[in-house]
Amino acid sequence: MLDTSEGYITEDGRKIGGVVMEMKNITLRFGGVVAIKDISFDIREGEIRAIIGPNGAGKSSMLNVISGFYNPQEGEVWYKGQRRPQMKPYQVARQGIARTFQNIALFEGMTVLDNVMTGRIRQMQAGLLSQAIWKGKAEREEVENREAVEKIIDFLEIQSIRKTPVGRLPYGLKKRVELARALAAEPSILLLDEPMAGMNVEEKEDMSRFVLDVNDEFGTTIVLIEHDMGVVMDLSDRVVVMDYGKKIGDGTPDEVRKNQDVIDAYLGVAHD
Amino acid sequence: MGTSSQAADGFQSIPALLQRNASQFANRPAYREKEFGIWQCWTWAETEKEIEAFALGLLNLGVNEGDFIAIAGRNRPYFYWAMVAAQSVGAIPVPVYQDSAAEEMAYVLEHCGARFAVVEDQEQVDKIIDIQDKLHQFEHMIYVDPRGLRKYDHHKLHQYSHVQEQGRAAREEFIEDLKARRGKLEYASTCVMLYTSGTTGKPKGVVLSNRNIIEASKSSAEFDHLHRGEEVLAYLPMAWVGDFIFSIGQAYWCGFCVNCPESADTMQTDLREIGPTYYFAPPRVFETQLTNVMIRMEDAGRLKQRMFHYFMDHARRVGPAILDGKPVSGWDRFKYWLGNLCVYGPLKDTMGFGRVRVGYTAGEAIGPEIFDFYRSLGINLKQLYGQTEASVFITLQPDGEVRSDTVGVAAPGVEIRIAENGEVYYRSPGVFEEYYKNAESTASTKDAEGWVATGDAGFFEEGSGHLRIIDRAKDVGKMADGRMFAPKYVENKLKFFPNILEAVVFGNGRKECTAFINIDLTAVGNWAERNNIGYASYQELAGHPRVLETIKSHVEEVNRSLADDPMLAHCQVHRFLVLHKELDADDGEMTRTRKVRRGVIGEKFEDLVMALYDGSDEISTRTEVTYEDGRKGYISATLKIIEAEVVPVDSHEKVAAE
Repeated sequence: MLDTSEGYITEDGRKIGGVVMEMKNITLRFGGVVAIKDISFDIREGEIRAIIGPNGAGKSSMLNVISGFYNPQEGEVWYKGQRRPQMKPYQVARQGIARTFQNIALFEGMTVLDNVMTGRIRQMQAGLLSQAIWKGKAEREEVENREAVEKIIDFLEIQSIRKTPVGRLPYGLKKRVELARALAAEPSILLLDEPMAGMNVEEKEDMSRFVLDVNDEFGTTIVLIEHDMGVVMDLSDRVVVMDYGKKIGDGTPDEVRKNQDVIDAYLGVAHD
Repeated sequence: MGTSSQAADGFQSIPALLQRNASQFANRPAYREKEFGIWQCWTWAETEKEIEAFALGLLNLGVNEGDFIAIAGRNRPYFYWAMVAAQSVGAIPVPVYQDSAAEEMAYVLEHCGARFAVVEDQEQVDKIIDIQDKLHQFEHMIYVDPRGLRKYDHHKLHQYSHVQEQGRAAREEFIEDLKARRGKLEYASTCVMLYTSGTTGKPKGVVLSNRNIIEASKSSAEFDHLHRGEEVLAYLPMAWVGDFIFSIGQAYWCGFCVNCPESADTMQTDLREIGPTYYFAPPRVFETQLTNVMIRMEDAGRLKQRMFHYFMDHARRVGPAILDGKPVSGWDRFKYWLGNLCVYGPLKDTMGFGRVRVGYTAGEAIGPEIFDFYRSLGINLKQLYGQTEASVFITLQPDGEVRSDTVGVAAPGVEIRIAENGEVYYRSPGVFEEYYKNAESTASTKDAEGWVATGDAGFFEEGSGHLRIIDRAKDVGKMADGRMFAPKYVENKLKFFPNILEAVVFGNGRKECTAFINIDLTAVGNWAERNNIGYASYQELAGHPRVLETIKSHVEEVNRSLADDPMLAHCQVHRFLVLHKELDADDGEMTRTRKVRRGVIGEKFEDLVMALYDGSDEISTRTEVTYEDGRKGYISATLKIIEAEVVPVDSHEKVAAE
């Protein structure tokens, strides 16, 4: 297995750094249902880390633990060398973790531009009064933030829909707008919950390109959940495989592909 | 300014015109590009600095005089600068279509032996890396957009801005060399080499000198009184001669501003924001825009619809006359003024034509209804007839003499003669130097006295003296009984229907004419939506019985109108089929400028052509398609062959017409 203790160099020559986030023996229960059972893995700086598994394996729950939406009953989340206390999602966001959702959560009536601007909330400090009279700090901040947002719009090639209300956009584009909003927060870790679900081949190719570009251009660490095995194997540096709340595999795509437990989970064997 | 003849003596190259503009119009805008949501602007003085920096950078990379530099990207100031910078160091820019497939690009780069290429982004870089093994002389590649390219081997790959920085840093070292090379440019030196799309065979490299470009730009600018205050939107492919003339030739001659859109998809918004005063578009663009307006009007409220139709009827009646300065009654003028306030003005503004003073269309025939629609709104839309080999201009329509069925009178400085077989020949200062490395084709196209064969058949109309083009001379054939067969003429008539995107008519050497038809997905799709007709794919819609019914009625209408024309009554379409796929340049069925490649289509769909003549009423077929990334796939379909009603004509009388 690939030794990743000190960071590593990927096949295509990207340098992956040390551990930024570590999950230690996480267990998450909803009443009697165990969604995640004693899972540990790490996420390294600059890598694309995928979490895969069959339906109901607990992938989204895992992502929600990372994003602070769920607090696990047992186990610890370590972030940048410190144990993370129980947090609200907005506190996690402040730490530089942004996400997209499986079933798009945008403001349908607002334009693409306004939606992406909401991603900059964290960078706005002007007070209510200043915002209301639109002088000094508020105005300056708006200009700065708009500039940052325009760079992202350019990056994701959504200039032509800048002023279009999100509700009028097709699904594939909405997904891209959601990615734009997450990027607007300038996250150090980006969580993508099924970024390619429901897309056609061309849209998937575009999206894959953008995920790689984001990682390459901004050095963002990316954690993604995805169903499409082809996409996962092509994109990610390391993969965690879950099944029934347990971790059954962890390693590079090649290693995971050869793992007997993973093959069984996907092709199906009788569970007892 | 720029209309006097003084310039020709002093300014013998584009870089020389740049120097003039940088001193005379230093603070006037030369380029604008929308980026990050804002129109960024460069004045002529700034432009000169940018171009100089890039030229110095090219010297630094070792560009020699006479080298070819390929340019591949969408319309952005950087590429226009790269072209002028290349000229400044004595190299020759070769713009190529950025959407061309790798093999097409390989052919062009190999043929001219390009040592350098300036390209837009990763997509183009990847494409050239793929074909690099075939290119023996190729050395360095320069890209504008660094995204995704960070990890690439940068030994022979450079970022545009870095080349400029290195150029600025090495100014001391190279500036004298640059000045010397710039000083050597004269009227006879090569200005640009453009590859013609070629409806048959391999593309040919058309060498155009400074004389060609500057003379053509100068006389056409005078013809339409263009001045430095014009605004143009550069959105047509840079590899096309028209864009070179409008965005470089005329822009540098007159000193006007070239605006580059943010991306290909935002063109409509950008057009509206800029409001160009001088505008060029192929008929297809006008057609699409009109179709969109009509579709949107269908969704408008009652009152608006009635107002629109009422005033549009009025405009159709008196608009063109008002535009041409013909006498129109005071009451009609008042109504037109009112219409302008309520309908025409806002409509023109929405379409981005609010300020158009001179608009041109060319390349294909334009439907009379479409042409009249724009003219009746008060947009001075005219036609021109041109070729790459002529530095665009052969004929132009003067203000006040505009019609949809002619292409106008000889452009200033152009002589035209019609050969015995009907082919149009011309001679002008804009006539190209040669086809690069192809003396044979040069000799067969251009004779010793400088007359160039256009390959189009046409005639001068009696009375008005305007030129009318019938068809490509080589496409004009004979039917089995020896009468003239002019496919394009019939195809154009078919294409004037919004539902028909493309048509290919067969009949050379046969007894009857038949046709392939492509439906227009926008128009037919909208119709289907409004009539509750469900369809899952292009193919399904194209085969829908009611669509076939509609197309049949269009074909029959064309037949009726053909029957009235004694020269072409026998070209009526007897049978047709609606194709299951759109004809596409990626499949080689059309050129990149969207002209039908008759030969390729005839071969590729041989089974379908056979079926049109052997009396079958349907045919199953399997067709290879090429996706944008070069992969191939197949689609199969069963197509109905439909008989169209023809108007009987008395054939014996008409034989003489041939």
